[in-house]
Amino acid sequence: MKNNSLKKITRIALVFCGCALIVSIFVPLWSIYLTAPQYPEGLAMYLWPNKITGEYEIINGLNHYIGMKTIQPEDFWEFKVLPYALAFFALLCFLTALFNRKLWLFITLVLFLIFGVAFMVDFWLWEYDYGHDLDPTAPIVVPGMSYQPPLLGYKQLLNFGAYSYPNVGGGIMFGVALILAILAWVEYRKTSAT
Amino acid sequence: MKSLKFFGLGSVMALLLVSGCKPKGTETAVTGDAAERVYVAPGKYDEYYNFVSGGFNGQVNVYGLPSGRLLKVLPVFSQNPENGYGYSEETKPMLETSHGFIPWDDQHHLSLSQTNGEVDGRWLFANANNTPRVARLDLKTFKTVEILEIPNSAGNHSSPFLTENTEYVVAGTRFAVPTDDQSGDVPIESFKSNFKGVLSFIGIDKQSGEMDLSFQIEAPGINFDLSHAGKKKSGDWFFFSCYNSEKANTLLEVNASQNDKDFIMAVNWKKAAELVKAGKGRKVTTEYAHNKFDESTHTATSTMKKEVIVLSVEDMKDAMFMIPCPKSPHGCDVDPTGEYIVGSGKLAALIPVFSFDKMIKAIADKNFAGEFDGVKVIKYEAALHGEVQKPGLGPLHTEFDGKGNAYTSMFVSSEVVKWNIKDLKVLDRQPTFYSVGHLMIPGGDSAKPFGKYLVAYNKITKDRYLPTGPELAQSAQLYDISGDKMKLLLDFPTFGEPHYAQALPGDMLKDQVKFFRIEDNKHPYATKGEAESKVVREGNKVHVYMTSIRSHFAPDNIEGIRVGDEVYFHVTNLEQDWDIPHGFAIKGAQNAELLIMPGETCTLKWMPKKPGMYPMYCTDFCSALHQEMQGYVRVSPAGSNTPLIYSLNNKKDNAQSPVKAGETK
Repeated sequence: MKNNSLKKITRIALVFCGCALIVSIFVPLWSIYLTAPQYPEGLAMYLWPNKITGEYEIINGLNHYIGMKTIQPEDFWEFKVLPYALAFFALLCFLTALFNRKLWLFITLVLFLIFGVAFMVDFWLWEYDYGHDLDPTAPIVVPGMSYQPPLLGYKQLLNFGAYSYPNVGGGIMFGVALILAILAWVEYRKTSAT
Repeated sequence: MKSLKFFGLGSVMALLLVSGCKPKGTETAVTGDAAERVYVAPGKYDEYYNFVSGGFNGQVNVYGLPSGRLLKVLPVFSQNPENGYGYSEETKPMLETSHGFIPWDDQHHLSLSQTNGEVDGRWLFANANNTPRVARLDLKTFKTVEILEIPNSAGNHSSPFLTENTEYVVAGTRFAVPTDDQSGDVPIESFKSNFKGVLSFIGIDKQSGEMDLSFQIEAPGINFDLSHAGKKKSGDWFFFSCYNSEKANTLLEVNASQNDKDFIMAVNWKKAAELVKAGKGRKVTTEYAHNKFDESTHTATSTMKKEVIVLSVEDMKDAMFMIPCPKSPHGCDVDPTGEYIVGSGKLAALIPVFSFDKMIKAIADKNFAGEFDGVKVIKYEAALHGEVQKPGLGPLHTEFDGKGNAYTSMFVSSEVVKWNIKDLKVLDRQPTFYSVGHLMIPGGDSAKPFGKYLVAYNKITKDRYLPTGPELAQSAQLYDISGDKMKLLLDFPTFGEPHYAQALPGDMLKDQVKFFRIEDNKHPYATKGEAESKVVREGNKVHVYMTSIRSHFAPDNIEGIRVGDEVYFHVTNLEQDWDIPHGFAIKGAQNAELLIMPGETCTLKWMPKKPGMYPMYCTDFCSALHQEMQGYVRVSPAGSNTPLIYSLNNKKDNAQSPVKAGETK
């Protein structure tokens, strides 16, 4: 039975991860940042678990030239789910620390990785949709051009440079995934060693 | 001022003939690294905003220093077709006066609001010389937000000068005139008995900046030229330079230059305010306009006021004194410590400097030389700190660098002269090109001058710039005054004719409005989204609730307008982005175009004179599709029954967009 329980440090780390995930509910997850010659100060858009903030109205105004749909927070069903999903994983971390079982740790890790990958895939699909589903009557049509922003990193889209990177919440999600993976690996090694 | 130009020019010529040598060329006056010191590299900002009086054009011009680049022309007292100021329905009330709509003026002096004697970057005050008015500009938006007409006055010259905490802005009349409750229909012969010189004290609300004509002082019928408030220990006092103590009324050039001494008038404004509070002064029936621009409705209103409290010489007997000053003093400048008052006798060959402490002592000791129309005259020597000997010819204005030095402009000898305030020794002199009037050091009339640059504003510019016919540009010249000797760095053309100017560090105005929030737009005809666009007929008035956004108007086509209609285009710029104004213009408009800031609503009144198809379009290049930002208004003959319809934008039906019927009320 002893083999099955977690190290103290693992349990502390799990509580830390849980707390961090609670924090992530209340901070922006992702940032999209645009620059152009006529926008030297840049245009920023922030994706939160439950809303979009920043200058997305201005971005909408500019996107109409290329026929991109307007970004409207009410279009995203994810905003109704994400805060609960994050809260669920925070709870799962706490419970794992409380129950002190390796199996729980492995389950938590796998579920969180599935969630993380699903999050990124979902995000990419939205970006794909915005970038490709263009109004054919748009004033500016560049043959063969799509305007999908990068999932992570930088991409030049006509006169706009688009940057996409995790904000505090996204950082927490990556961090938690990494910590969980390390914990699972350490605990797994402990098991095989004995 | 034209006559002064010729006077100055004549004097320069006379000097040339007498001396028989050519003046030192500018080329030799400029030092080697001057270009480097005024060069502001692309992407860098100037250090200072320089607000320069617009003179004849009635506006305020904003330059960057040290580059001398023109940043903006701010409409204040004159209509401005560039953006519809004074033409749009919202801004027309700004130019109302008791004489009706006056769309021009002669703008002379500027004053930046101060706190504890230091410039604070909140507001800029401007005077209108011709039809007496004082304006307040908000430095968050660079817009004229208030204009107050001054009754009982003519030639609002010694204005607008501010007390050290912006409690009052003053407006002293240049022309003595019969007060408004007396008929002005009197013989000029009766000048001495009927004409008065009225000084106005306009209270300023500490928070809003709103002006209110608190009281006036009916001083003797002399001409008030310039003014400055005291500061620190002399903070309760105002000083005015006065000319024509002879009270002449013809050929003043000669007849007002007879007395060896005119006056500086010292007024204790704090005591005057207390007297008014105590119920002194008579209520004078008059009429003056108070125009205010409301930033939430983007609309100005004009109110006519009917009464003002006027204190008499008798009321002011312990709070108003004359100090003799050599002939025709022009500038009246108080040094940063508040102790020294510099009068510039523009016809005198010396500069008298008065001491505030000595003045107070002379008053306490009753050291008077007599009375002038009931005002006690302090003995010249009793108030005098000393005289700057042989400073140059035609001293006009003095500014200070905060290091104990004063700089005086010399109109006749075309130079700026630096001298020490304490020992009154001349330290340096530099030529100007030519005939300098006002000069300005950023903060140079405040308790804290920045002391790095001096700008001279010149009246004559022969050989300075490419000739432009009989009328040449006027000029400003920038000097570096950080060292012992002044160094000429730059000259740049200005609008004629620059008078007094003000400047402050650019950092002080960082907190500026970039666009107006559409949610805060309380304009009664605002259209806060394209869905709200509509056209409404009310009798022969047609109200168009129009929106503009890159790159279209809504509605973009209107039919059913008839000759004889008054069409009001209420255009709301829906943009919420910095530097994206939209313009609006329509063929045959007799007033102007509009330039509408993001989130703002402006109204253009249009009265088509004949049937036809009238294009309208955006005048400010707003986007790649700016040229497509256009539409039509169909005008039918008077009495025809073309239905009132308008089209909203629908890209699915390119040729015939869906049309909506206009409402009729």
